[in-house]
Amino acid sequence: MDIIIELFSYDFFVNAFLASLLAAISCGIVGTYIVSRRIVFISGGITHASFGGIGMGYYLGINPLVGAGIFSILSGMGIQLFSSKGKVREDSSIAIWWSLGMAIGIIFVYLTPGYAPNLMSYLFGSILTVSTGEIWLMLALAIVIILFFTLFYRTILYIAFDEDFAKTSDLPVGLFNYLLMILISLTIVLNIRVVGIILILSLLTIPQATANLFTLDFGRMMFYSVGFAFLSSFIGLLVSYFADIPSGATIIFTQVVIFGLVKLIKAF
Amino acid sequence: MKKLLEIKNLSAGYDNQIVLENVSLDIFSNDFIGVIGPNGGGKTTLIKTILGLIKPIFGEVNLLINKTNVGYLPQVNQIDKRFPISVFDVVRSGKADTALFSSFHKNTREKEKAESLLQEMGISALRNKSIGELSGGQMQRVFLCRALMNEPELLVLDEPSTYVDNNFEGELYLKLKELSDRMAILLISHDVGTISFFVKTIACVNRNLHHHPSNIISEEQLASYNCPLQIITHGDIPHTVLKLHDEHEHHGHHH
Repeated sequence: MDIIIELFSYDFFVNAFLASLLAAISCGIVGTYIVSRRIVFISGGITHASFGGIGMGYYLGINPLVGAGIFSILSGMGIQLFSSKGKVREDSSIAIWWSLGMAIGIIFVYLTPGYAPNLMSYLFGSILTVSTGEIWLMLALAIVIILFFTLFYRTILYIAFDEDFAKTSDLPVGLFNYLLMILISLTIVLNIRVVGIILILSLLTIPQATANLFTLDFGRMMFYSVGFAFLSSFIGLLVSYFADIPSGATIIFTQVVIFGLVKLIKAF
Repeated sequence: MKKLLEIKNLSAGYDNQIVLENVSLDIFSNDFIGVIGPNGGGKTTLIKTILGLIKPIFGEVNLLINKTNVGYLPQVNQIDKRFPISVFDVVRSGKADTALFSSFHKNTREKEKAESLLQEMGISALRNKSIGELSGGQMQRVFLCRALMNEPELLVLDEPSTYVDNNFEGELYLKLKELSDRMAILLISHDVGTISFFVKTIACVNRNLHHHPSNIISEEQLASYNCPLQIITHGDIPHTVLKLHDEHEHHGHHH
């Protein structure tokens, strides 16, 4: 125990701890919405499309996360636009944006002169190198998400459950769909540093699957998901530190182990 | 007798493919209309146009009452049955106009209304269940409660008797008959025989719409309205269904 307390005297570890807490809040809440509404695949598309922005960021010499933010929001809108107006089937539309983003990213990274530093940390996450600036951004996002989901809890719930019925009740369905798409995009981008593009989908789905074993209520599922996400991120963080293995992968692995254990215990 | 809705020369459909053509219909406050017709004939398109979910390609739909005073019970298969939501929350969602800033209010009256509807339908005990745990009949009761939350002037139901047992089917139609004293009802069904006991008039929808001014309709008339009939006897209630009907739905309905 002492050794864990001692870890908190290191700035990088405090940052990593805060990052896992804030990631749990944003991913736990937004992930519950994603899972309930069955838009996991859309979220996967947005996640991978954001790699285009990371490549662009390297090429233009700006913060790759800014590029990723732009790309993820654009792809979120693009997926919706393609399938609603362009008559492209939704899963095909997702695949197009998913691979287009990755392709753009690879081309830009190739065109960038010299070596692209930290590229691996964007792909696979690197929670131990999260900067204080990034922590502030994650905190701001967590506050926005908590406020948004608290203030508009019922509106979000009703729209997610039955969009057509919500339209007949005159709820601002289109507006909320776009706002939530933006929140999903921002959640993905700001958590890329924690577990990486390739692995972030897990933070948005596995804690929710675990939470779902305990509750069939949207509101409670959000709370439990935040709890499980935090538990697995923190345990994963410690394990990765002491075993000296990659943090992102360890966090995901911990999530799956927790899910498996809970499922097993519930079966008896 | 108040006019609630007028549809004039409506053509509607999806992606410019016309499903309904030149349809006109008026609905008054004392109406109880059974809407019948083959699958793909445009029944659901008609009500989605009435509810404003589909924009007319041609013609007009004029709702003469407030949009929130239309109660709606969608087809069960449009609902995600594994969505994490409780029965009580589903019913409360029927009064969504208070949802936007509901976190600031106690919503006491809304909750009481939901409780009393659950009681009226005899499903108070299911209050905290998740909708995924319900049987077909229980689910339809929940959605009927939701549709009634706003004290609607017009109640629109899309195949409420799918996936329910015969027992509940009879109960449901009796309930609707009782409700029809208070509100206009538009009921989509594929079961002409059963609903004709309860409705006042019948609308045959198969690309066009023929509003038959009575609840008694002969096979010849149906044929002339482009809705040919077939009679299936199953259990105690003879089911008269449309010939062009898809077999799957019988399956779900009768077993």
